Amino acid sequence: MPDSAPTKTVNLPGNHACALGAIAAGCRFYAGYPITPSSEVAERMSVELPRVDGVFIQMEDEVASMGAILGASMGGMKVMTATSGPGFSLKQENIGYAAGAEIPCVIVNVMRGGPSTGLPTRPAQADVMQARWGTHGDHPIVVITPDSVPEIYAQTIRAFNLSEQLRVPVVMLYDEALGHLIEQVSLSGSGDIEIANRKWAADPKPEFQPYASGDDLIPEMVRPGDGFRTHTTGLTHAENGFPTQDPELVDQYMRRILDKLEIHNALIESFEAIDTEDADYLVVAFGITARAARRAIKQAREQGVRVGMFRPITLWPFPVAAFESIVGGKHGVLIAEMNAGQLITEIERYRPAGCRVDGLNRIDGETITPRQILNSLRELADNE
Amino acid sequence: MNEAGKQFNIRDYLREYLFPHFLCPGCGHGIALRALLWAIDELDIDKDRLAFVSGIGCSGRLGAYIDANTFHVTHGRPLAFATGLKLARPDLEVIVITGDGDCLAIGGNHLIHACRRNLNITCMMLNNEVYGMTGGQVSPTTSSERYTTTTPYGNHEPVFDACALAEAAGAGMVGREITLQTPGLKDVLRQGLAHEGFSFIEVMSDCTEVFGRKNDLGSSAEMVLTQKASVRPDFLEDAVDQPFRPHQIKTGVLAKNDRPEYAESWRRHIEAMKRERGHA
Repeated sequence: MPDSAPTKTVNLPGNHACALGAIAAGCRFYAGYPITPSSEVAERMSVELPRVDGVFIQMEDEVASMGAILGASMGGMKVMTATSGPGFSLKQENIGYAAGAEIPCVIVNVMRGGPSTGLPTRPAQADVMQARWGTHGDHPIVVITPDSVPEIYAQTIRAFNLSEQLRVPVVMLYDEALGHLIEQVSLSGSGDIEIANRKWAADPKPEFQPYASGDDLIPEMVRPGDGFRTHTTGLTHAENGFPTQDPELVDQYMRRILDKLEIHNALIESFEAIDTEDADYLVVAFGITARAARRAIKQAREQGVRVGMFRPITLWPFPVAAFESIVGGKHGVLIAEMNAGQLITEIERYRPAGCRVDGLNRIDGETITPRQILNSLRELADNE
Repeated sequence: MNEAGKQFNIRDYLREYLFPHFLCPGCGHGIALRALLWAIDELDIDKDRLAFVSGIGCSGRLGAYIDANTFHVTHGRPLAFATGLKLARPDLEVIVITGDGDCLAIGGNHLIHACRRNLNITCMMLNNEVYGMTGGQVSPTTSSERYTTTTPYGNHEPVFDACALAEAAGAGMVGREITLQTPGLKDVLRQGLAHEGFSFIEVMSDCTEVFGRKNDLGSSAEMVLTQKASVRPDFLEDAVDQPFRPHQIKTGVLAKNDRPEYAESWRRHIEAMKRERGHA
């Protein structure tokens, strides 16, 4: 259906926009497990996938659904799963496998209050660090945080493109409020969407090395049945795909999978800067909180405090270069986030000397209001 | 001899450049691998279409030695990975190699649902009663009173009957064999591969190094002979001595049903939906 559809405008909740973005990006396999507040992603995928000859399966648990999408991805399909905090914890083991064996996949985490079962129906932004460091060991991962329903749609498509091009797991990170928020979305016609695909290896030769790469540090993928007969493992492996403990080869592998994100940073990095040029102060916010910040910076300016906003859209790797160029010369930065202070640790790393850094943290299951941000900004300006 | 009339040569299926292999002397896993490749050879399955998915442990390492599409995944999850792979690529012959710990402990949930769904996958579980790779800890199939590195006073837990579990959960085919009966094992595996549905085959393997030695079970050959003595071939099912030998393990094909295969029924379901709604 969406494959040949012209552009049309519809009202959708965020979770449905995510599902439709995935279909538009070419996702043809979804495995999931029910969990509030993400279940509508699975429900919509179960409607859409059969119509485009894709496969939907509800697995026995979160671990299995993450495993199943990796199997389907290695079979050649674009794949996705969606979950929330407790399920995101369970998926971490196979997210690590995807990072290590370089298997493209998109994982949606519709954040709710934690820890543990926490607040299943209330929004939070407390998985900032879990999205980056949830699975063990040094590993590459890309995390994207949209702040509106249209952006969920567009960024889901982009998440697939990045995952397929870079052979890296990509996390779509947004909260319950955005997942259930209904906004108008323009669903792109088939010709208007930029779609990127993985590089397939052709021409199987005996000396083929499945984990060797060129300067782009991204090995070509091998489709089972094409005659390559290669090995895929979660063990640290050499370019031939087989396990190794040779320190030199281990180092080579580790540096390649980490460096590949660094050298493709231009592709990955994304952010929004509003009124930052003449600003004395910055608000850093993402997702639903950025919407409140938009209003607060306007109100602050009306009251004579010159404030701008820096909104990371790619949360990890954090857009360091962009942030550093914007934060230079500012008197203070306010980080507003619905957690006890997670992104603030990253901001503090890049704070210029003499720049004050304040946190505004809400951990009661409610969204941060423009008034709260305004008050914190006034406090920052008064005490600077 | 296979259907093309060629003699089975295991070297045709191995990545010999990875040898010497890592298995301990006396380990039964190599015999099980041979039986599996023999069954594949008899069915004349194209190597490019073969996909092996294995988990973690000694069993998980076998896949790497097979000249096919091989996936060595996370602990307990080969059935989950294989489910995605098979649904994405029905043209592949997907075979899972797993162990008693991988399949019944950490992966137990995936096993019961794989049996219930009845997707066309063959699962070979190598049961050596122990976590060999981590140094010989107790597993869900360790016999009672056995000593392991985590049951220093003897195992007090009951043993899991994996075949009974698989049958109850609805697996399309269930079988069991010991490594000593290699041709018989090959036949059971062959039936499993040929069956349209989920096939679960338990291989009674042996771990001489970290299990047998700790329990004074003798050499590998002695362990295998002990196994033989405790096995009751399926053709003896109704023999009169049954009441007097109640503890014997049944081997051969233990259960078979013709429940609909998962991918096939999904496709039919979707095609019917499309016809009804005019999508086709």
